[in-house]
Amino acid sequence: MHLILFIVFAGLCLAGAVNLLLQSHPINSALSLVVVMSSLAVLYLLLGAEFLAIAQIIVYAGAIMVLFTFVVMLLNAGREERTFGSRAGKIIGFPAVAVLLGVIATVILKAKGLHGATLSDPITNTADLSKVLFSDLLLPFEVTSVLILIAILGAVALARAGSGDHPTNKDQFVGTPGERRVSK
Amino acid sequence: MIPISWYLLLSAILFCLGVVGFLIKRNLITVFMSIELMLNGVNLSFVAFAHQWNLVKGQIFVFFVMVVAAAEAAVGLAIIIAVFRARSTLAVDRIDLMKL
Repeated sequence: MHLILFIVFAGLCLAGAVNLLLQSHPINSALSLVVVMSSLAVLYLLLGAEFLAIAQIIVYAGAIMVLFTFVVMLLNAGREERTFGSRAGKIIGFPAVAVLLGVIATVILKAKGLHGATLSDPITNTADLSKVLFSDLLLPFEVTSVLILIAILGAVALARAGSGDHPTNKDQFVGTPGERRVSK
Repeated sequence: MIPISWYLLLSAILFCLGVVGFLIKRNLITVFMSIELMLNGVNLSFVAFAHQWNLVKGQIFVFFVMVVAAAEAAVGLAIIIAVFRARSTLAVDRIDLMKL
């Protein structure tokens, strides 16, 4: 049962991640990312992290991805174009990533003393989590609330109409001579 | 029984796919999504190790990563909106100057 669930949702996860890379329209990529995050939530459940599984769905698949799709639709983002930069990224990047993956996989496969996970393993419930979070880690928890507050203020300040908007020179040619004209 | 190393391998593959996406995607929003994919890959390895050592703090770290990712997404998307207002494009190749 565990093996079947793992294979199905790990496959779904990988398929979503690969689809994110293959799609050229941002909204398709965003929906693939929702698939990845939802199947990761099931994998968290298999590892006995029930609070994180729900938080993953609510925060990631819910809040963050809604924000992404909202911005994609707001900016009316179209298909991306293939440019020289992406070819250079492929040529240089793929070998580097292959080496990175090879090193990590070697380390993981050579590691000794790793246990296995079964469905009958104890589940970390929310009470266990909150006991540690609100006693040992109370200060970091409060600091994150300040971080969220700063993020809210920053987001409002950045996205407010008028900031970064220069209607007077919007149509003018900006940048170096080699750069293409910015179309409106 | 599933070995923990399978979960770790899956998280490594997810992270590397995120890196690949960061390198080959040319849309600012999709590049940002690749970063989220990398964060998720790392989160999975945190949960796997928390299960391995029976420690709650590993899961709490994932919780903090989620909080930071939420803050990062809010600020990052606000920056993307500001960039789009200034440049009227989302292609990363055309957003290569700090100065307007």
